[in-house]
Amino acid sequence: MSLEKKDVERIAHLARLAVDEADIPDYARDLGNILDLVAQMDAVDTTGVAPMAHPMEVSQRLRPDEVTETDQRERFQAIAPKVENGLYLVPQVIE
Amino acid sequence: MHNMTLAQLAAALQEGRFSSEELTRALLARARELDAGLNSVVSFAEEQALAQAREADARRAAGESGPLLGIPLMHKDIFCTDGLRTSCGSKMLDNFVAPYDATVVARLAAAGMPMLAKTNMDEFAMGSSNETSFYGPVKNPWNPDTVPGGSSGGSAAAVAARLVPAATGTDTGGSIRQPASLCGVTGLKPTYGRVSRWGMIAFASSLDQAGPITRTAEDAALLLGAMAGFDERDSTSLDEPVPDYSATLNEDIRGLKIGLPKEYFGDGLDAEVGARVQAAIEEFTRLGAEVVEISLPNTHLAVPVYYVVAPAECSSNLSRFDGVRFGYRCEDPQDLEDLYKRSRGEGFGAEVKRRVMIGTYALSAGYYDAYYLKAQQIRRLIRDDFLRAFEDVDVIMGPTSPSVAFRLGEKTADPVSMYLSDIYTIAVNLAGLPGMSVPCGFAEDLPVGLHIVGNYFDEARLLNVAHRYQQVTDWHQQTPAGFE
Repeated sequence: MSLEKKDVERIAHLARLAVDEADIPDYARDLGNILDLVAQMDAVDTTGVAPMAHPMEVSQRLRPDEVTETDQRERFQAIAPKVENGLYLVPQVIE
Repeated sequence: MHNMTLAQLAAALQEGRFSSEELTRALLARARELDAGLNSVVSFAEEQALAQAREADARRAAGESGPLLGIPLMHKDIFCTDGLRTSCGSKMLDNFVAPYDATVVARLAAAGMPMLAKTNMDEFAMGSSNETSFYGPVKNPWNPDTVPGGSSGGSAAAVAARLVPAATGTDTGGSIRQPASLCGVTGLKPTYGRVSRWGMIAFASSLDQAGPITRTAEDAALLLGAMAGFDERDSTSLDEPVPDYSATLNEDIRGLKIGLPKEYFGDGLDAEVGARVQAAIEEFTRLGAEVVEISLPNTHLAVPVYYVVAPAECSSNLSRFDGVRFGYRCEDPQDLEDLYKRSRGEGFGAEVKRRVMIGTYALSAGYYDAYYLKAQQIRRLIRDDFLRAFEDVDVIMGPTSPSVAFRLGEKTADPVSMYLSDIYTIAVNLAGLPGMSVPCGFAEDLPVGLHIVGNYFDEARLLNVAHRYQQVTDWHQQTPAGFE
């Protein structure tokens, strides 16, 4: 499967990845090759086969809705790139 | 000391032949010296390791004993360690110091094992050669021009080079077993849900499992026993009792039924690797096992299915790396979108970006049914192949990897050729089964691994089978030149 430059740009945008213009042809080729590999699935008739999300068919466990964690905001924010007054700072979003 | 196994070290410590502090100092000095040529370590933890060693000595002096008390190990740098950088092999986390310990780390610390270092790995565990690491490739101790395998390449190389008697690894598509095979050590990927994933940085959540990398099956039994068990903090952890894996190591394997899938011995398998594996199977027949030819007809679909499921889950898991709360952040972001895109674009390497993009594409509007849903359907067919086989056989054997260690740089230009080096291991992750790699000889002077796959929660049998083999062979005792 061949991907165009604009396909790579669209996927990179959806993934919020900045990709260097010069690298786009390589990504287009590599992603195309991976999709060719994956295309072997098309030959398989999967009519009526239930998708398998867990090998032992286990579903997510529930637990009582109780508070189990204590507030460790300062500890967790100590590793953040930019914080102020307990808030994570990012470029201005709303004028 | 560095040539002793976990089991031998436990006995020596108990007899008081040396202390944990002496052992830890000796191994740290050796690792510091010899790792310079291997690059198997990302971060050393000298002070912490020595403090843990002194604590282990104090516990022993107070009358405590335990099979792992005072024996050092290394952790793959994918496990969060409180206060010590956890990089996951990525520039994205080059500055990340986790505020907590992974369950695996906490359990092994509680068992009294000092952590010497964090080991190098493919970036976010995505790779089969350890060449995608931000910290540079690891060299295979058997030949520094070849790769150690991946993604747990640092752990496998460190154990092979006798820097440490044991290390942890993780395995999403073969990342414990393939490097164990290429480095000539013993590695076990447990049943999905057997070992807690809490604090283990997620790659593909429906496939990831942690396990031991050691020199012997006997040691793998000791380490797995301490790693395994229910953890309420991992929602996919399964609440099954943990057997005493050491207790059944010596059980007789006469009458064991070994299934040999004809698909594992066909095109693409290096002839010499195939011959070593066949010789290992003959050894098992001498031990009284029976060999049965079986078929796993959907084997050829495992790699295609994996390269939908794993990238899809990775694209979702790695969306948390946004430059806001922790990890790498780009300089001077112009707006929020620029912050996200450049932090991720600059923080992730090429292989991670490829997989994030494949996963994003497979999950994007209009493509979900054709890719992710279809892959999950075929995943069931692959799992059902194994379940049918296990109605007739006890274990399945074959090669772990289609070739011995390949040369550094040989496959980096062609991602698909790299992906195919996990052709025998990937199906086991898709099915959630336990699998093991055990050294079974050499081809071109490089180690060959025998792959042993078991039914769900049958780790004890895998370890028993591997241990009996190691009682009559000495492939696992071979040491690379320069590391004796």
